[in-house]
Amino acid sequence: MKTAAKPFDFYTVAALTRVGNQVACTLAELHAGLQNCSDASIFHHTFQTLGSHHFLTEGFSNDFAQWVLTSTNRGDLAEQLGSLDVRDYLSIAELRTDLTRIVGDYCAAHASIVNQSALEPFWFCEGLEVNAPLGRSAATLPEFREGLGQLSHAAFYFHFISSRMRLQLRTNDFSLWLAKELDLPALAERVNRIDIYTNTLDGARAVMLRLIAREVGNA
Amino acid sequence: MTTVLNGHATSGRTPTIDDYLPLLGRAEIDGIRALARPLKDRSVVMINSTAVGGGVAEILNRLVPLALDLGIGIRWEVMDGGADFFRVTKAFHNALHGDSYPSSPDDFEIFLSYNARNRESIALDSEFVVVHDPQPAALIDARREHAGHWIWRCHIDLSRPNETVWQFLERYVSRYDAAIFSSPVFSRQLPLPQYLFYPSIDPLSDKNKPLDDEVIDLMLKPFAIDRSRPILTQISRFDRLKDPIGVIRAYRIVKRYVDCQLVLAGGGASDDPEGATVLKEVRRAASDDPDIHVIELAAWAPLEVNALQRASTVIIQKSLREGFGLTVAEALWKKKPVVASAVGGIPIQIIHKHTGLLAHSVEGTAYQIRYLLAHPDIAVRLGEQGHAHVKENFLITNNLRQYLALFLSFLR
Repeated sequence: MKTAAKPFDFYTVAALTRVGNQVACTLAELHAGLQNCSDASIFHHTFQTLGSHHFLTEGFSNDFAQWVLTSTNRGDLAEQLGSLDVRDYLSIAELRTDLTRIVGDYCAAHASIVNQSALEPFWFCEGLEVNAPLGRSAATLPEFREGLGQLSHAAFYFHFISSRMRLQLRTNDFSLWLAKELDLPALAERVNRIDIYTNTLDGARAVMLRLIAREVGNA
Repeated sequence: MTTVLNGHATSGRTPTIDDYLPLLGRAEIDGIRALARPLKDRSVVMINSTAVGGGVAEILNRLVPLALDLGIGIRWEVMDGGADFFRVTKAFHNALHGDSYPSSPDDFEIFLSYNARNRESIALDSEFVVVHDPQPAALIDARREHAGHWIWRCHIDLSRPNETVWQFLERYVSRYDAAIFSSPVFSRQLPLPQYLFYPSIDPLSDKNKPLDDEVIDLMLKPFAIDRSRPILTQISRFDRLKDPIGVIRAYRIVKRYVDCQLVLAGGGASDDPEGATVLKEVRRAASDDPDIHVIELAAWAPLEVNALQRASTVIIQKSLREGFGLTVAEALWKKKPVVASAVGGIPIQIIHKHTGLLAHSVEGTAYQIRYLLAHPDIAVRLGEQGHAHVKENFLITNNLRQYLALFLSFLR
């Protein structure tokens, strides 16, 4: 079994939420907010919310969709926003473009309701992540499997979800290392395809551990 | 000035981070230790205005020993103040919550003179100075140019403050490096970064620790509650903003369909004239129904609250206005299905149909309760997911992680 020249260093992360001064009380204001808010705000309400709501698998995708559903009662728009998969994006700019387009199209088609007051306002916040090394690393697949099993939700989220935006690639820390350092591109791809919207973080990790166990068994 | 806890002086059994291991798991505790490592021996001082009573003291009582256990050089100082100071700060507190305030220059002078006196007695040379709430806000005058990182932690709702009091305070608050609020709604337009730290509960406290069934029976015995039938419970002060009469109306609708009981339990009525009036109104509204239990608790009755919540089938929080509403997090931690109003901080805790059910009226509240009683499997799922939500976002250990992250963010 191959030993990596560059071991995988496990990290943990803590997320800080910064409150902005931007608020939306109607769909029209949400549309305007999506165009003007910071990249950190889009990141917070899409990526980070997956980490802090990792235990939900049904019908929770991002803060925008959730607010549209519960505060404006527009299930059809919520469904469209909720169907966006953050893994399809290489940049916040692309994600913002799609969010803005979906809300903008809906507003154009439903002009009579876009200025109706929502039950609760939407506060645009920003996410800030602070990471720290756990002091553990892995150089082989069995070591990697062991380290993976010992990660907290925050650490798993950091490597598997938030890394996508950091890497600006359609991959994650785990897959990148498996492909590059252990020369296991097929396993890396299977790991990358694990559905983070229909699995909890624990569920996603269990799938990943099974895939690795199969690979270790085959080696 | 009183030093409550520091590296050398702690009394009694204080919790350590490893006490949370059985609840949170090794991975989570390792993560907290990893975040704390770069902060080892860094100096932090937490400053507030009371050592006992109130939510802030309750939080610091847990947070400070945990940070000490992680090797951080943390102290907790309580500022000194006379009766005149606390009369003024109580008036400020009410005014910041939106009450009218007859402005008096003397009040501002009293406030500033006590802050000046405390600047002399409290060592404010720590690397991180965290000042809690308005009372000690003017301690910032002691800051040498750009020395340390000063953080103002505001635990109160500033969404509709009295302008005179806020403008006075803002002069001091705006000189801090960061401010922390409990909800975006409570924040202000300030020229400094504002962070969101949710209030938190301690899973090891008497109010939240696991209780054996026999203990629950024992605690409930004086109240003559029948545990064989569904129990609907609202725990809150007897306050019109908690809408106890609305809860009774919702219960009466539910009662048409399900043979259940209602528990309305809360403290504070004895030292609050309005609370006593509301309690009387509630007793009158409930008087013809032996299945409504109106329970006046002592101001601090954590085990009773714990037992009542754990014995309940559905927990209600039908507030008309709410701060954060931590009783919701307490109920969710106990895996109870919750029906609550979509006000204040409640929608942060209750993600509708995921971690509980939200309602906007008496009829809506009744409907959601009936739905949960008719679908116990859904009630269980909501309770489980509510518990996970609290574990991830509203525990004292999460609060600790956030402070560590904030301190680290200043070092990078």
